Amino acid sequence: MNYSELFRVTLPETVLEVAALLVLVVDLAFLRKADLKTRASVAALLGIVGCVAALWLMPAQTMFSVDGTVSTALLVAGGWVAVAQIGILVLTGLTLALLVDAGFTRHVGEYVAIVLMSATGGLIIAGAQDLLVIFVGLELLSLGLYILTAFAKQSGKSAEAAMKYYLFGGMSAAFLLFGFSYLYGLTGSTNLHQVVLGSITSYGSGSPLFYVALVLVAAGLGFKVAAVPFHLWAPDAYEGAPAPAAAFIASVSKVASFALLIGIGTVILHPFGNARVVQFVAGHRGPMPKYLGLQHPWSMLLAVLAAVSMILGNLAALAQVSVRRLLAYSAIAHAGYMLLALAYLSSRGAAALLYYVLTYGLTTIGAFGVVGVVERSTGSDRMDAFLGLNKRNPLLAAVLLVLFLSLAGIPPLVGFWAKFNLFAAVLGVGGGVVPFTLVALAVAFSAVSLYYYLQVLKRAYVMPATDATPIKMDAVTMAALLLIAAGVVVFGCFPALLQNWIASSYPAL
Amino acid sequence: MLAWTIYLSFAGALVEVLLPRGRAGLARALALLIALAGLAIAVAGFAAGVGQGRTTITDVAWVPAMGIHYLLAADGISRVLVLLTGLAAVAGVLFSWNIELRTNEFFAFFLALIGGVYGVFLSFDLFLLFVFYEIAIVPKYFLIAIWGSTRREYAAMKLALYSFVGSAMVLIGLLAAYATSGGHSTSLIDLAHAGLSPQFQMWAFPLTFVGFGILAGMWPFHTWAPTGHVAAPTAASMLLAGVVMKLGAYGCLRVAIGLFPHGMDPWGFSFIGIGSWRDVFAILAVIGILYGALVALVQTDFKFVIGYSSVSHMGFVLLGLMTLNQIGITGAVLQMYSHGVIAGLLFAIVGRIVYDRTHTRQFGDLEHMHLLRRLPFAAWAFVIAGMASMGLPGFSGFVAELQVLVGSWHANPLWAAAAGIGIVVGVAYTWRALQKAFFTDSRPTAEDHPKTGWGDLGAVTWPEVAGFTLLSAASLLIGAYPRVLLDTIEPAVRTFLAGGAQ
Repeated sequence: MNYSELFRVTLPETVLEVAALLVLVVDLAFLRKADLKTRASVAALLGIVGCVAALWLMPAQTMFSVDGTVSTALLVAGGWVAVAQIGILVLTGLTLALLVDAGFTRHVGEYVAIVLMSATGGLIIAGAQDLLVIFVGLELLSLGLYILTAFAKQSGKSAEAAMKYYLFGGMSAAFLLFGFSYLYGLTGSTNLHQVVLGSITSYGSGSPLFYVALVLVAAGLGFKVAAVPFHLWAPDAYEGAPAPAAAFIASVSKVASFALLIGIGTVILHPFGNARVVQFVAGHRGPMPKYLGLQHPWSMLLAVLAAVSMILGNLAALAQVSVRRLLAYSAIAHAGYMLLALAYLSSRGAAALLYYVLTYGLTTIGAFGVVGVVERSTGSDRMDAFLGLNKRNPLLAAVLLVLFLSLAGIPPLVGFWAKFNLFAAVLGVGGGVVPFTLVALAVAFSAVSLYYYLQVLKRAYVMPATDATPIKMDAVTMAALLLIAAGVVVFGCFPALLQNWIASSYPAL
Repeated sequence: MLAWTIYLSFAGALVEVLLPRGRAGLARALALLIALAGLAIAVAGFAAGVGQGRTTITDVAWVPAMGIHYLLAADGISRVLVLLTGLAAVAGVLFSWNIELRTNEFFAFFLALIGGVYGVFLSFDLFLLFVFYEIAIVPKYFLIAIWGSTRREYAAMKLALYSFVGSAMVLIGLLAAYATSGGHSTSLIDLAHAGLSPQFQMWAFPLTFVGFGILAGMWPFHTWAPTGHVAAPTAASMLLAGVVMKLGAYGCLRVAIGLFPHGMDPWGFSFIGIGSWRDVFAILAVIGILYGALVALVQTDFKFVIGYSSVSHMGFVLLGLMTLNQIGITGAVLQMYSHGVIAGLLFAIVGRIVYDRTHTRQFGDLEHMHLLRRLPFAAWAFVIAGMASMGLPGFSGFVAELQVLVGSWHANPLWAAAAGIGIVVGVAYTWRALQKAFFTDSRPTAEDHPKTGWGDLGAVTWPEVAGFTLLSAASLLIGAYPRVLLDTIEPAVRTFLAGGAQ
């Protein structure tokens, strides 16, 4: 272990931190007299430059480890981790672009700095291989998110949402840490590989503490991805946070958390080469019946979370009148689909999941961008604020159409392909009746989801406008939204573009 | 060449979106041009394909890692249905010539729907077929919700959800077939030869058949059809009945029967005479025929009569498919064409020629309007369309339904007998509608008098005459000389049935 190696592995993180400080200095020292728009533009631009620089300096396949083996690894970089990190950086850049016209705060420098620091946390957990590193990265990410949620100081909702988010977050972090401490106690190591190896023997000896630890960890990580029953913060945070912050929470934080889960899943898959062998090892002694098709008690927890999330998320979304809350519940449902792939993980599944979460993040940033624009001109995120959007701003309505249909999984948009790929990967694991039933459930519920997405589109396209004044939007926001919509269409029509890159990054086991 | 029908339609939809608002004339002309071009290509493709088997049009690796190909191909069945789509598109544009509200958007959705339909009929890759199938759902929703009439938002949502639930079932079947066959290819031909186990087929077949059957108006999942047809603007009901319901029936044939033929094997036990999925769906089809016809008999809304008649006529298609013999399936495909043309015609007369002038579809009101004298064109047009719908000799419906009946007689005489009753009831409801709407002898009251109470209904315009001529000629021609289509359909069905299914 030497620190130059650490520096090499964490180069993108370092760059982001430097950019964050730079933004602060520039904004607070040089632009004190400038108007808000200029300051926002400069801050966002610097932030985006930071992200691009971090992309540029993304390290190749490497590992930071005490003795150079995986069993003492702390951080890995390159390969599929790089894919996740590139995704985080690109999505961060896009959310920053939404800031230019947002105008919810005067402290744009601080905002951008916190976004960048939070994204740093995301980069760290994507490559973390050690329980402590995971925890530190998660907290770095989460603390930033709490602050971002509270950033609209004039809004009571924003403060309320941040408080709820923070309290839930604090509690789930405590759960997570508690679970980690049990895992450490059971296996004698904080390294993921050691923990997993130890856990299989511990599982073999049937220690109940191991299950307690897993449930606690699942609670902590389930909170991050807003899986039911740890989802309660999501609707409030999505509703109260300023639109760009909500977009950041919904996308970057999601990508980072799922990258972490993929990392954990990969370590579980790894020691035995492929899924079936693990199932065999775990299955011969009893508590994991074979028809479940599950590989590890951890998978079992994820499968349960997945099933309840997609059911509850979709059903609750049906009843929403606020589009932000609707997006929150739809996010819960999408987390459910993604957890399904984690429960039945294979190398193909991991690639499919990365694809899903990256494209979902992209789509949801766009959705929040549109909500933000509508909100600024109508003062509300209620569905009725979207009445006659097609007349008031046809371009914005078209972007909304593309994004929401993609979320609903209508081809040829990217959301459909992501779902197809994901479900095909789950079925490809070959688990039998239970995974098949879960996939059938997921497909059936994505049919349900069309209803609530159409509710919004109906207002935008079908119902008459109550107020027909045109909605104006700023050129940068428009460019960002068009870029996102174009991405959704292009990646949907030519799925192989992104798919090949992601699949080639994930090691075949 | 046939592939250009798809690209032209989507390109047309895109251009329509970009047209400036308020240029209604331009939007109409462009839509007509695109539809005519599509029809011309369809006819040329049909003519070029006579005597040929399946021809591959395009085959490009789309997602090589997963074995998904952008594979367009056409066999006799596809060519006939593409031809039908071309006819329905042109007629649909002609009968929506009077759309003034957001004209360019209307035609954009219209052409997008048509493009999706062409795509389904030409796809020989299950994944691609599904993509096109879903593309067709969204425009339907907007066409009905924006330009529709009676309870349009309800009907549009119902239609969208029914379609989406159906396609979710198909997607599950698709995913399962793909995963079970090893995940190498989604091509229909490869999947058919993948050796899927009979146990698998036994549940995948009903799943996909019902999934597609929902859109084909299969009883008891037909309820979207009457409400949807009634609420839809004329052109959309013409497309719904004309081609969209055919998508469902085509999916049943190409995907459910083609990929999972063992799903129709006997279960090994029988319950009140039902011993296989084939019996189940045949009986549902027969119920659909009778139920649709009987319900049509008591409607007070003119358009509902046609809506339920569609359910009845689509029952013949499904029954024909379930006969699993040469003549029955040939009849089913011909019935798809025939019903597409005739239902389009009926909806055009009721929705465009009559309703847009009288603003009512209730028989109670129409009875007092003396439409025979005031709109003689509509009356005689409906006589012709009604005769076609009843299945009188000389029209395409006769040949098609006769073949289905003969086919089902071979399969199970009881089915044929019940379906025969359906035809008789069909005559009755058409007759009743004709009489009530046009030929009633209620005496004119004072305010009905031409000089006091009759407003001007407006002359019949050229697009209406042109659309009527096109569709009725399409039905008459096939009725008079069915070999035009049969020569193409029969070999395709023979190949389809002969082992390889595809």
